[in-house]
Amino acid sequence: MKAKDIIKNGLIKENPIWVLVLGMCPTLATTTSAINGLCMGLATTFVLMCSNIVISLLKSVVPDKVRIPCFIVVIATFVTIVQMVMQGFIPDLYASLGLFIPLIVVNCIVLGRAEAFASKNNVWHSFLDGLFIGLGFTWALTLLGIVREALGAGSFFGVNFIGGADGMLLFILAPGGFICLGLLMALINHIRRKSNS
Amino acid sequence: MAKKAESTLKNMLLSLTLIAFVASLALALVNNVTKGPIEKVNQEKVANAIKKVLPEGVEYTINADTVSVTTDKGPANVMRYTAVDAEGNTVGKAIESFDNNGFGGKLTAMVGFDAEGNISGYEILGSSETPGLGAKADKWFQKEGKGNVIGKNPANDNLTVSKDGGDVDAITGSTITSRAFCRLVATAYDAFKQEKGEQQ
Repeated sequence: MKAKDIIKNGLIKENPIWVLVLGMCPTLATTTSAINGLCMGLATTFVLMCSNIVISLLKSVVPDKVRIPCFIVVIATFVTIVQMVMQGFIPDLYASLGLFIPLIVVNCIVLGRAEAFASKNNVWHSFLDGLFIGLGFTWALTLLGIVREALGAGSFFGVNFIGGADGMLLFILAPGGFICLGLLMALINHIRRKSNS
Repeated sequence: MAKKAESTLKNMLLSLTLIAFVASLALALVNNVTKGPIEKVNQEKVANAIKKVLPEGVEYTINADTVSVTTDKGPANVMRYTAVDAEGNTVGKAIESFDNNGFGGKLTAMVGFDAEGNISGYEILGSSETPGLGAKADKWFQKEGKGNVIGKNPANDNLTVSKDGGDVDAITGSTITSRAFCRLVATAYDAFKQEKGEQQ
């Protein structure tokens, strides 16, 4: 497998949100604004990268029957590190995202990549896979956040563009999240299929 | 590819124990590094909030104590910061108050009163309210907000939402958050009125 394939795989072909449809809980919960989506994506990317590297290193010493608990311990450790570092050094971000950071542990993308990729491939490829699956997750969350924030609050990355009026609150709340997610998924997969044929 | 370790009891125990050990070691190290900054951030947050909610234009020193209040979930302790000027007169009190029944759970805020019990300011410290709805509580009840509570006195004004017959305009679409905020202010006023509490 070539590095180029891994990159394309993560960003588009096996994009965790649009194609694999994994990790919907943090997706819907954190994309109420573009900046939240972006930061959640980057935090997940960091965890994915680290856990993929470590799990790839451990793959031959971990017996099959206890691999899942081992992977979860590794992932949870990195998530906790992210949380503590964020709380201590970027408190503003922690104030808006803190609630969702522990959710990264149970994000099925992280465990999914550990199972499907890192436990079968070498360290360098696992690192690339973690990085680009993470970035694929990030751009998807950011796009969803931009759309929901624009419709729901009338702002773009916190900059208001509709004056004093309120946005359509529905899009900030869960139902709007599902609607946006569905429509964007349909649109992106339509474009993807067109460009393939 | 390297040969996989077999799933014998010994191997499983050994690998899981080792991994857990290394993980806890790593966490302990990171905790050591971040403990200081986290504490500092929290203290600064509280200190800034106290400064923001107390009356302006007076020099004062802060005395902190804890007082016991009654909430919907029984008695609880809240932190009270009493501002005293050079002559020993109380110029105001800031209370770190909370309510357990916001729309998203616990709502925490610093509420400031002047010496007469008029609300001089408030600052939301922690909330899990809905963004775009209940999360507006940070501006809504301020002086320039629609549900202004600044300058009101819980002793004279009925500080409940207008739906419940009170004088406070609830946040549009977020009556539950607004009610929680009003209860939080009432709790703070309860702490404001009390005699000297336990010294910190």
